[in-house]
Amino acid sequence: MKLSALAKGIEAVIISIEDEDLSVKLYEMGCLPGERVKVENIAPFGDPIAITVSGYKLCIRQQEADRVLIKQETGEGN
Amino acid sequence: MKEIKVALVGNPNCGKTSLFNTLTGLNQKVSNFPGTTVDKKAGHFAIDAEHKVKIIDLPGTYSLYPKSDDEAVTFNGLCNPENSDIPDVVLFIADASNLKRNLLLFTQVADLGYPVVFALNMIDLADRKGIEYNYDLLQNRLGVEIIPTNARKMKGTEKIKQAILSAHRSSTAPFFDTSGLNQPMLEECKKYLGLKNTYSAVLWAHNQMLLFKDGERLKGFKEILARNLFCEKKEQVEEIVSRYRMIDAILKETSNRRPSSNQISLSNRLDNIITHKYFGLSFFLLVLFVIFQAIFSLASYPMDWMEAGMNYFSNGVAQIIPGGTINNLIVHGILAGLSGVIVFIPQIAILFFFITLLEDIGYMARVSFIMDKLMRSFGLNGKSVVPLISGMACAVPAIMSARNIENKQEKLITIMVIPLMSCSARLPVYTLLISMLVPETYVWGFLNMQGLILMGMYVLGFVTSLLSAWVFQKILKPAGNNYFIMEMPAFKIPMWRNVFLTIYEKCRSFVFEAGKIIVAISILLWALSSFAPAGEFEKLDAKYRELALAPTKPAEELAIQYQSEKLEASYAGHFGKMIEPVIAPLGFNWKIGIALITSFAAREVFVGTMTTIYSASGDESDFSSIRLKMMEEINPQTGQPQYSLAVIASLLVFYAFAMQCMSTLAITYRETKSLKWTLIQLFYLTVLAYISSLLVFHFLK
Repeated sequence: MKLSALAKGIEAVIISIEDEDLSVKLYEMGCLPGERVKVENIAPFGDPIAITVSGYKLCIRQQEADRVLIKQETGEGN
Repeated sequence: MKEIKVALVGNPNCGKTSLFNTLTGLNQKVSNFPGTTVDKKAGHFAIDAEHKVKIIDLPGTYSLYPKSDDEAVTFNGLCNPENSDIPDVVLFIADASNLKRNLLLFTQVADLGYPVVFALNMIDLADRKGIEYNYDLLQNRLGVEIIPTNARKMKGTEKIKQAILSAHRSSTAPFFDTSGLNQPMLEECKKYLGLKNTYSAVLWAHNQMLLFKDGERLKGFKEILARNLFCEKKEQVEEIVSRYRMIDAILKETSNRRPSSNQISLSNRLDNIITHKYFGLSFFLLVLFVIFQAIFSLASYPMDWMEAGMNYFSNGVAQIIPGGTINNLIVHGILAGLSGVIVFIPQIAILFFFITLLEDIGYMARVSFIMDKLMRSFGLNGKSVVPLISGMACAVPAIMSARNIENKQEKLITIMVIPLMSCSARLPVYTLLISMLVPETYVWGFLNMQGLILMGMYVLGFVTSLLSAWVFQKILKPAGNNYFIMEMPAFKIPMWRNVFLTIYEKCRSFVFEAGKIIVAISILLWALSSFAPAGEFEKLDAKYRELALAPTKPAEELAIQYQSEKLEASYAGHFGKMIEPVIAPLGFNWKIGIALITSFAAREVFVGTMTTIYSASGDESDFSSIRLKMMEEINPQTGQPQYSLAVIASLLVFYAFAMQCMSTLAITYRETKSLKWTLIQLFYLTVLAYISSLLVFHFLK
């Protein structure tokens, strides 16, 4: 599923980022495959969103979140 | 005494400015990095009797893959061997509460081979988040000396100074192994660019486009890369992934997260309120309200004092210097122009107090966050909101505050439309004209009609600025990728020292940069209204000498009438008559023409000029006399009052849109470094004002 579809407050893990230009920018900001993300806030007009990643809060627009593929935590592991 | 060059490097929002201010105090100087508009902050401090440090604050960046002008400066400061400020030591500052992302940049800087001093800042915040570090082990793994600091409380600065003396290169192997890359290519790059460090050759290969201004050299460099089938994006991605893998391993070993850290932090709880759908927006409006109240009510006291002080000073000077042209030039030209600049300092200081304070505590990032979507539909950015709001006080500091917008096009559009926001200088003009338009009546018993129209003028300005932004966006081609990827820093307690240093710096640069130009044009305007074509003043003097012999009016009234006719005879008066054919379609006569010309110094000069032209008595704050004189005037052609509804409305619209502020033009030029865009701003606003006034006049006539 896509990060743009993740509900507020739910944790997920990044699988990949579809766009190469965007991935350079997001990787550099600590949004790497395998990293946990959580949607923390949604702006009053529904866009952008604030996510927690690599221990800090990052704002991205829905159009960027749309290119980030994620997997929702199913409970296995720790 | 030996001077050590130190570069201060770190991520944005990691406390870099605080550390810089703590180390240097007022011992700092702001200029521009050569060829850019990026602020270059350099400072000095002494370590001991033999060593002093020149420290340069390089713009905050997340990596050495620059994406904005600011970040390119940091790259150049570290990688360009031709840079005269190549540091001896890098002082790296990192946010301990968020070390992982900060270490990416550190590993890049360390791989460039610089001796590094590592300031681990915000340890208190990390502690509150439940993060603990094994400093010895971390020091060992990173291969540099780590100094825990709290820049806000000025802790750790003495240790930093000592560490700069003993700084050494990272004692570990490079964090990113370049041996897997195309070695012959890197060797060729190194030779071509005259580099010693292999990793800097890698970075140059990635950043070729941004940094060579020299076409021939770039061409040769590109050939090397093309011959070796260098694939930029792919290698960047691989390098970042490899670095983060290394960082993850180091942090796993050296840090520990206490389980108690799962509770929601205060900062997060605040965010839930401040970015809330309804409460967040209401809170934002409340903040705006407070800022406005402060700018309009608080600033008026110091502004009055300063005006009175300047008047007192001018009068003093007028008496000391012998009368004549020199006296007149100094008092009515230079000092009048200077006081026009100085009077704005309180507003600028108060505005920047709020902006810097809100920035420092982290609220501005939230404003950009909540407003981004709305602003984006007009070609602007969440970060345009603050400059636009500031524009309601004064366009000059507003344009300066547009610097935070990374996207060049959105920054440019923001600067272009800021002058449409009704600034405080328009207020006296609006007040006079509106009082001529409608009497002081109340709608539904409590709504002041004049107040409503005044509010309407503010709304008109705001809506027009958004629409103009939309048009600019349609005309300009989108420049590069339009991402909005912004860190939302945790809320912090304000650091007053930073706030006041910033206010000081902004006011200083306003007075010296904009001041120069304002004073120059004031002198020009003074000359235009003080001199006349040969013989005209003499004729006028002769006429009044005769009148004085057989007075038909009280001497006081004659003196006022003399001033009025003198202005008409002056070059300014001639210009007014010269432009009359151009402004006649808008319903303006030559008298308004003179006021339009003098208004270019500052819009509020309109009222003063009208007072002089209509020989009205009383000071500027008392509108009743000038209002009556203006309303009594009859248009000789129509026999109707000169100031009809159509003329007043047309004038109002003209003042709402026209670019009549040389300080704004000066600051636009300074910020865009482009004569073209400064002229475009002047041109489009003038055309917009002209056409709107024309339409209003003909529609209402």
